Amino acid sequence: MTNSIIKIGIITIAVAFGTKSFAQTKLTIKGSDTVLPLSQKEAEKFMKTNSGSSITVVGGGSGVGIAALMDGTTDIAMSSRKLKMDEKLKLTNAGKAFKELVVAYDALAVVVNTKNKVSKLTKEQIADIYTGKITNWKQVGGDDLKIIVYSRESSSGTYEFFKDQLLKNKNYAPTCLMMPATGAIIESIAQTKGAIGYVGISYLEKTVKAISISYDKGVSYIMPSYVNAKNKSYPVTRPLFYFYEKKNEAKVQKFVNYLLSDAGQAIVKEVGYIDVKK
Amino acid sequence: MIKHFLKDFKERFIEGVLFLSSTTTSILVVLIVVYLFKEGVGIFNRTPVAEGSELLVSAANKVNKLTADEVRKIFEQEFTKWNQVGGSDAEIELFRLDDITNYYTDEQLGENFENMPHCIDTILMQHPNMIAFVSKQYVLPNGRACKVSIDKIAVKQVMLGNRWYPTASPVVELGIWPLLLGTIWVSIGAILLALPFGLAAAIYMAEIADSRIRKILKPLIELLAGIPSVVYGFFGLVVMVPIIQQTFNLDVGQSALAGSIILGIMALPTIITISEDAIRNTPRAMREASLALGANHWQTIVRVVLPYSVSGITAAVILGIGRAIGETMAVLMVTGNAAVVPTSFLQPVRTIPATIAAELGEAPFGGIHFQALFFLGCMLFLLTFIINVIVEMLAPKKLKR
Repeated sequence: MTNSIIKIGIITIAVAFGTKSFAQTKLTIKGSDTVLPLSQKEAEKFMKTNSGSSITVVGGGSGVGIAALMDGTTDIAMSSRKLKMDEKLKLTNAGKAFKELVVAYDALAVVVNTKNKVSKLTKEQIADIYTGKITNWKQVGGDDLKIIVYSRESSSGTYEFFKDQLLKNKNYAPTCLMMPATGAIIESIAQTKGAIGYVGISYLEKTVKAISISYDKGVSYIMPSYVNAKNKSYPVTRPLFYFYEKKNEAKVQKFVNYLLSDAGQAIVKEVGYIDVKK
Repeated sequence: MIKHFLKDFKERFIEGVLFLSSTTTSILVVLIVVYLFKEGVGIFNRTPVAEGSELLVSAANKVNKLTADEVRKIFEQEFTKWNQVGGSDAEIELFRLDDITNYYTDEQLGENFENMPHCIDTILMQHPNMIAFVSKQYVLPNGRACKVSIDKIAVKQVMLGNRWYPTASPVVELGIWPLLLGTIWVSIGAILLALPFGLAAAIYMAEIADSRIRKILKPLIELLAGIPSVVYGFFGLVVMVPIIQQTFNLDVGQSALAGSIILGIMALPTIITISEDAIRNTPRAMREASLALGANHWQTIVRVVLPYSVSGITAAVILGIGRAIGETMAVLMVTGNAAVVPTSFLQPVRTIPATIAAELGEAPFGGIHFQALFFLGCMLFLLTFIINVIVEMLAPKKLKR
C-alpha cells in the first residue's frame, strides 16, 4: 500500500526558477519504486545547480516505466531489472532504438532475528526455506525453532528478483507471510525469534541480523556489505537501470552525465545503493 | 397567481432534482455491480496460461494435453520424467524464452528477432523431450512443434483451490478458498469482540450514564472513528502483534486474532453510536409503562428497551460487519497475509480486501490476475450481501416476539 501511495501521489519536482533559456533541461523520469528515491535526490541536486531545468520523477514500478517509454510519455524509464525478452521485442517492433545505462547497484540482504544462532546459509538452503522444504532452524544448524518466512508482496520488484535469483523461479511456499513494505519486514523480524526475510542493504538496521550467503555450496560465505557488494564478491546484487531512446540522447545527456559524475555517485552512496564508479 | 405558479414550479423542480439524483445513484450502483461481475466472471473463459503465451512440445512427444497442476509440477521440477504425465520414459527438458541465448546468438536471432519463431521451432525439433513456454507471436504458424492444450479455469478450481499464485508462470493458480476463509474468520472474530463491548457501551451511554459523562464519552468514541486505518494497522503491528505473540507463546504474532482485535476496535464506534441512537429512540411511554408496572431499571432495559431497539442494533451490526469485512490497510499490516487455510485464530491469514489492495497496483489491465482480483471483489460483495440478508431475516422475528 505504501507503494501505491507513492504511485498515486505522483511525485512532481517541477521548478520554475526564472526563465534562462540556455542550458534548460526538461525531463520526465518514470518507473521503478526502488530507483525512485535515488532519481528524486539526484534530480533535486541537479536542479539546484542547474537553475531553469525541470525534472519530473514519477514512480509506479519498472513495468510502468518501460511501458511509458514505449508510448513516448517519458524520456527515461527507471528499472530495477533488465528488460524482459518480450519488452525488448515490443520496443524493437515499435522502431525505438534504446540505450541501457546502469546507474547504481542494489544488494539484497537476507536477515534474521538477532537472537538467532544461525549466521550463514547457502543459496540452496535459502531456496529450501522459501519453498517450504526446510521448516525448522535445527535443519540448518540452529535451535529447534520453527522458521517463520517473511516475503514482500508479489507486486514488488524485489519479490521477483529474489524468486528469480535464489529460488530458481520456483514458487514461494504458501505459508510465507507477505508484508506490504520493507519497514514491516524489519519490524516483524525484530519481534519474531524464528523469522527470516530479505531487504535491500540500505535498510539494514541493528534490530535485525544480516547473514552471510554462500553461492558455492558452502565453500565460502560472504557478508552483505557495501564493500563486498562493491567488489562484486557478494552475489545477490542487481543493477538499477535507466533506459532511454537513442534519439533523445542529447536531451538526457546532461542529467545522465551528472548522475555518473563523482557528485552524482556520492548521492548514490548516500541513498544506500552501490555506486558504479570503479 | 404567477407567484403561486412559480412556487409550484420551484417545488416540482426540486422534486425532479431529488428524483434524478436518487435514480442516478441507484443506476450507478447497479452498473458498478454489473461491471464487477462482468470482469470477475471473465476468468472462467480463460486458460491458466499467462496471456499471449503458449506451451509447446516437440511433435514427437506423445503428450499434448496437460492439466494446470501438471504444468506447474513440471516447471517446478517436481515431475522430471514424461511418464509421470502419461508420456515416454524420458527426462523433461524445460525451456523459457530467456533461455534462447543459450542456443542462439543475438545475430542469429536477427536485429528485430525476426528469426525467433524459426529458432524456437528448430530447438524443439532437436530436443524431442523439451517443453517450451514462449510468447504466442514466436510460434511458427505452420511449425513442426505441437501446442499443448490446457483446460479453461474451472469454477471448482477457483472456489475450492488451496493455492493462490496469481503471478506464477507458466500457469497461474487461483484458489481463493484460503482467502475466503481468512476473510470470514477475521470478520467473525471482529464482530464477536466488538458486539458485546459495543452493546455494553451503548446501553451504558444511553441508559445509565449521566449527561456529563456522556458528553465526554461520546466525542471520545467518535474520535475513535476518525483515526486513519493505516494508523490502526501500524499500532497493531508494533503493539498488538508482540503482545499476542508473548501471551500465547506463539512463533509469530501476526494472526487472525490480531486482525480481529484491530477490526473490532475499528468497528466499535459504528456499533456504539448507531445502537445508542436506537436505544434512545425507545418511546418514553414504553419505558414509563414498564416502570409503572413495577419493573426496575435493569428489567426495563433488558425486557423493553433492547427488544424495541433491536432493528437499530441490527443495523449497527450490519454496518460494523461491513466495515470489518471491507477493511484493508489495517488487516494488511497485522494478519501476516499468508494464503493458507486457517485452522485456528492464532495463525496468519490473508483476507480478500488485503489481497486486492496489495496486488491490484501491479496487475496488468485486463489480464488473468486483474480479472481474478475482480472475481475476489465479487466474492466479497456476495459475502456482505449474504450477511446482510441473514441479519435482516433474523431481525423482524425477534421484534414480533
